[in-house]
Amino acid sequence: MIELQNVTLTFPDGDNRITAVDDVTLRGDNGTVTGITGPSGSGKSSILAVAATLIRPDSGGVLIGNESDLIDAAQLSKREATELRRERIGIVFQQSNLLPALTGREQLQVMGRLGGGTNRNRRGRIDSRVEELLDAVGLTEHADKRPHQLSGGQRQRVAIARGLVHEPEVLLVDEPTSALDQERGAEIMQLIARLTHERDTATVLVTHDLVHRDALDNLVTVIDGRITTPVSGHALTH
Amino acid sequence: MFERKGIIVFVAWRELRFARGRFLLIGAVVALITLLVGFLSGLTGGLAAQNISSVLQLPGDRLVLQQPENSDPSFATSSLDEDTVQTWEQADGVESVIPIGIVQSRASAGDTEDPTGVALYGLPQDAPATGSNPLFELTPDSDTEVGLSSGAADDLGVEVGDTISITDNDFTVAAIGEDLWYSHTPVIVMNPDAWSEASTRVGGTGEATVLAVTGDADWEAVGSDTVTVAETPLTSLTALEAFQSEIGSLGLMIVMLFGISALVVGAFFTVWTMQRAGDIAVLKALGATTGSLVRDSLGQAFIVLAAGIGVGLVAVVGLGTLAGQALPFVVSPLTTLAPAVVMAVLGLAGAAFALRSVTKADPLTALGSNR
Repeated sequence: MIELQNVTLTFPDGDNRITAVDDVTLRGDNGTVTGITGPSGSGKSSILAVAATLIRPDSGGVLIGNESDLIDAAQLSKREATELRRERIGIVFQQSNLLPALTGREQLQVMGRLGGGTNRNRRGRIDSRVEELLDAVGLTEHADKRPHQLSGGQRQRVAIARGLVHEPEVLLVDEPTSALDQERGAEIMQLIARLTHERDTATVLVTHDLVHRDALDNLVTVIDGRITTPVSGHALTH
Repeated sequence: MFERKGIIVFVAWRELRFARGRFLLIGAVVALITLLVGFLSGLTGGLAAQNISSVLQLPGDRLVLQQPENSDPSFATSSLDEDTVQTWEQADGVESVIPIGIVQSRASAGDTEDPTGVALYGLPQDAPATGSNPLFELTPDSDTEVGLSSGAADDLGVEVGDTISITDNDFTVAAIGEDLWYSHTPVIVMNPDAWSEASTRVGGTGEATVLAVTGDADWEAVGSDTVTVAETPLTSLTALEAFQSEIGSLGLMIVMLFGISALVVGAFFTVWTMQRAGDIAVLKALGATTGSLVRDSLGQAFIVLAAGIGVGLVAVVGLGTLAGQALPFVVSPLTTLAPAVVMAVLGLAGAAFALRSVTKADPLTALGSNR
């Protein structure tokens, strides 16, 4: 589960500050895909950045975990936030962001080799899940290809597998279909939905493209940093 | 082996394979600089040996040279008269004084018309504490005999028992010893009287050039009284003009090459790291620690440096061994391994400049469409 509680984020703008995220409260439960949509510059990517612990909000909390193991990511130091991302958060980027020197299989294996006292057990556990994840995203045949040898859709599938290979509780996905045609985009969205349900992951997905809304369990609209429209489920406004 | 180091292997090693053209290029540059530094070091060592190998054999705590009025002391011009020698012998704290004559001249052997440039050493036969000294071992018993360094014997083409001519006097070769040189001429050792005569014939004073003094005297006071200067054996080497100018210029070249090497490696890894700044941001966003990424970058630089320096080192030893037959060239740990270690350390220091891009990379930039 991930829950943003009254999160506010501002950026300096000359002598003033502009508010990118304005008192946002949002909950994503395990096994559901929560979509965030809105116009460009509305603050949806900033919400994702706060949820990913890549930026610390001015105020509010980011709760991650279950009742017995709940952690407020907004209170963590940089080092602790890095560890949280390594252990409990999966991220799928807009441009897939695969490392050009690594094959599809290695893109997943690298998740067990990110430092921070990564032990052999964790590395072994991740390595043992690589083939399963590659199979789950339908890329077993292309596992030895490097990113430039893969299509846009295949690259995004590798990125999704990478985001899930360490069994994160939370999967954060940023505009996964922006570089894909409609058919490939639909496949990717269905894949994310299926894996979210199968693996009981709390997925939060930013998209500007509502064509694929069927794949979402909940959808909220963000305008000027505020959530304006909860469509269904647990998505909340302040 | 690399797996244990986590990300080091994983990303850095694969990048080395993926961008092998670029890394081969920088590796080749490192190898060539190593070759150049190694060659210069070997040549410097060889030239130094040809300059000073006999001077380094001089015994004593201090070497006393004449102090000229308006210039620095010099082996070429130093001349110490009998009074000076006696003053040093009688000075408090002095245990022994060995007067040594050094002059450069020419020698020839047999029917050969072509003379060979040689350095004539005049050494007393009863010099104390010089039992196994390779220079003093050549000291002949009589005025008509000489001891030759192997270089002089080779150049003259003579063996023990042969006759050579020095300043129109004939001498019998009584011994041939180690390869000893003075200011690029091979050493011939004579009896003090024979040396004194030879010295006068080539325009010298016939008096001792340098005193090898053992003891614990008031070096400055006695030096001041006798218009001499008492240098340690090592500092006295600056009184050899040829040595000073050669080592100075070659040493400067080596230091500059070290600097160039650090700059080239630093520039390469700075550009390379900037190119992969996006990947570094992604890895940080995925949870990689800055420490692991720093180790990754330095590990990559180390692999490139080790490979380049290794290849360069093999080339230095191989080509240096060949060159040693025609040039004054020394292949030793000091001229091969020592420069290689300095290259590696400076190269890593250069690569460390690139680490700012790693430590400053913001994982936030991995989000959004700006990659």
